[in-house]
Amino acid sequence: MKTPSGWRSGDGALWLSTGAVTLTLLLTVTLLVLLGRVGFGHFWPEPLATFTFDPATGQPPVVAARREHSTFALAEGGMEARTLLRTGNRDTAPPDFRWVADASLRSARFDPAAIELERRSWGPALGLLAPPEAPAADRAALAARQWARLEGALTLPPQARSGTLTLYGADGSARPLPLAEVVRAWRPNAMNLQDKLSLYFSRIGAFISEPPREANTEGGIFPALFGTVLMVMLMTVVVTPVGVVAALYLHEYAPQGPLTQMLRIAVNNLAGVPSIVYGVFGLGFFVYLVGGSLDRAFFADTLPAPTFGTPGLLWASLTLALLTLPVMIVATEEGLSRIPRQLREASLALGATRFETIRHIILPQALPAVLTGVILAVARGAGEVAPLMLVGVVKLAPELPLDGTFPFLHLDRQFMHLGFHIYDLAFQSPNVEAARPLVYASALLLVLMIVLLNLGAVLLRAYLRGRHRDPLG
Amino acid sequence: MTDIPTLTFDPADTCLNVEQLSVSYDGKAALREVSLTVPRHRVTAFIGPSGCGKSTLLRSFNRMNDLIRGVEVTGHIQLFGEDILAPEVDVTVLRRRIGMVFQQPNPFPMSVFDNVAYGLRLQGLSDQRALEREVEWALRSAALWDEVKDRLEASALTLSGGQQQRLVIARAIAIRPEVLLLDEPASALDPISTLKIEELIGQLAEAYSIIVVTHNMQQAARVSDYTAFLYLGELVEFSATDDLFTRPQARQTEDYITGRYG
Ligand SMILES: Nc1ncnc2c1ncn2[C@@H]1O[C@H](COP(=O)(O)OP(=O)(O)O)[C@@H](O)[C@H]1O
Ligand SMILES: [Mg+2]
Repeated sequence: MKTPSGWRSGDGALWLSTGAVTLTLLLTVTLLVLLGRVGFGHFWPEPLATFTFDPATGQPPVVAARREHSTFALAEGGMEARTLLRTGNRDTAPPDFRWVADASLRSARFDPAAIELERRSWGPALGLLAPPEAPAADRAALAARQWARLEGALTLPPQARSGTLTLYGADGSARPLPLAEVVRAWRPNAMNLQDKLSLYFSRIGAFISEPPREANTEGGIFPALFGTVLMVMLMTVVVTPVGVVAALYLHEYAPQGPLTQMLRIAVNNLAGVPSIVYGVFGLGFFVYLVGGSLDRAFFADTLPAPTFGTPGLLWASLTLALLTLPVMIVATEEGLSRIPRQLREASLALGATRFETIRHIILPQALPAVLTGVILAVARGAGEVAPLMLVGVVKLAPELPLDGTFPFLHLDRQFMHLGFHIYDLAFQSPNVEAARPLVYASALLLVLMIVLLNLGAVLLRAYLRGRHRDPLG
Repeated sequence: MTDIPTLTFDPADTCLNVEQLSVSYDGKAALREVSLTVPRHRVTAFIGPSGCGKSTLLRSFNRMNDLIRGVEVTGHIQLFGEDILAPEVDVTVLRRRIGMVFQQPNPFPMSVFDNVAYGLRLQGLSDQRALEREVEWALRSAALWDEVKDRLEASALTLSGGQQQRLVIARAIAIRPEVLLLDEPASALDPISTLKIEELIGQLAEAYSIIVVTHNMQQAARVSDYTAFLYLGELVEFSATDDLFTRPQARQTEDYITGRYG
């Protein structure tokens, strides 16, 4: 017999599906690599060079890091290669990022006395620990003295530090820098790989664990990370029971007629409603109607200042719970329909009521499907930004929604969210170049956070599935 | 169809009394005016070609048909003199008195122990010692104890098909029903497992009234004391098993047992 050839052989379908999977994988990897390279490359200590320029341009020498290289088309024709220099010192010598023509660059010298300082305000300061023109031996001694003093000061809390550091510019200028202002400092040209690695990870750690400074362009993203996780958890706590009960009703109790079918279609359609619509609904229903009523009923003495009648964590979680409810219901019902009829009959035939059968047989069996629903809901919920802007997310929240003061979980507080943080950094930042790596880093963290949350659910599901797996089939 | 050869028993020896039972699904008749009495502590077999209503009749006894939408039941069924089709009957109580084993082994995806303990726990038995005692008794009664006593905590799904079916029987008798309904209990099993189930049925008959549905006439002949032959939703003949297979009264019965259809 002839083996089928051409399209009928199935080779084409195989190639297509393999290709589609490869493409998806490739895109995912590219995404992660891009986010990781730009975002987390930002925390690597860049070498600092003293750049001198063609005297004809009149540019003074400057201590800077090379950021990027690019070729530009000139208005008068021809191309020009340029380098983006990060010069810092936004307070004394703005701007902190500048493009210079490669043709005007004369020399770049890597001075071991070069230092980068992270400050409480005005962003990083770049400079030299010793004047550029002094004799080499004097320079080394002065730089070492200043560095030792700085290291000593950094072990103290900022308010306990006194005195200043003298920071020299590439042009020989000197300026005092209060030690209390310094957050962290490093001499990239004098560091070995191990020092760089440890600095790198401590900066990433700070990024994850510290609150933002300077209109979110400096410091960390901890409140946003925390707010996102907390909101997603609250959302899950709400959406899971509601979704499961709704699915149980649709599948186990409701008479399977056209009405139930319509209900099911309505639920499915809810999944397609644009998320901003949920935001508007959440604002109108939860915030104004429910929150407003709560205020009038229980917090009348503080009116007109609203307590719950204003966007906050609770309303944001409820809005997202509503948004992810269809996913939850559909996934759970799917799981319920896979439970063999024989199991229900076995339980009922032993004298169990319908409720007992659901409680002891159906629900444990449906749990993996419920977790699938949770995974999908978390993925959808954690990535939403638009509706949250209406119901509780802010650019900068003064307090975390969870703290040590009663009642510990402050559902009425506004909170920060990674998704919104990214949006804010990318579009609202006063300093685009400085914020750009943070956009990528925050985006990568958001992705990682969702992956981590999902991984937990996936592992739990695998465990539940494996518990009573028939080894033969 | 006026002189259906049928049997009656002394009320003291009657377990189930069925009168004029008709069942239809969505208006389509599955059983037509079936009347028979099932004796106490005996094995009664229902035979007949597939689709003749054996399962429907069996499921009427523990009201499992109630779960099916569009089902309509008329007539009377009495369990030891009590009407069980009355709307006020608590089906959960009824189903504890009438246990059922299905064609496909359907153990719960739980441990062997939890399977057997399921019905007991539903009744509120929570004392571990008492549970262990009852589970052991039920597994011994189902001739399964020796094979599973070392793996009570293993998943029931790791047992073989024949073991699973005996586990299901143990689960049913653990709550000490009065009647045991077996719907083709061996049809999904291999010959050796089938033999074990048949032996078990013989042993259980001492303590329970058993009704077994089978499409296998040899099996009916081997295990049952009485046999009812159903055909197209009607009861054709009901008599002692020896009589039915050696001296069938109705023409259809004879055709069926001599293999002319089915
Ligand atoms: N759930 C059901 N819905 C509709 N018709 C059914 C259902 N169960 C059984 N029937 C019909 O009732 C008749 C008797 O079926 P059943 O009692 O299962 O026969 P048997 O067990 O003797 O093979 C068949 O015609 C079958 O198609
Ligand atoms: Mg059947």
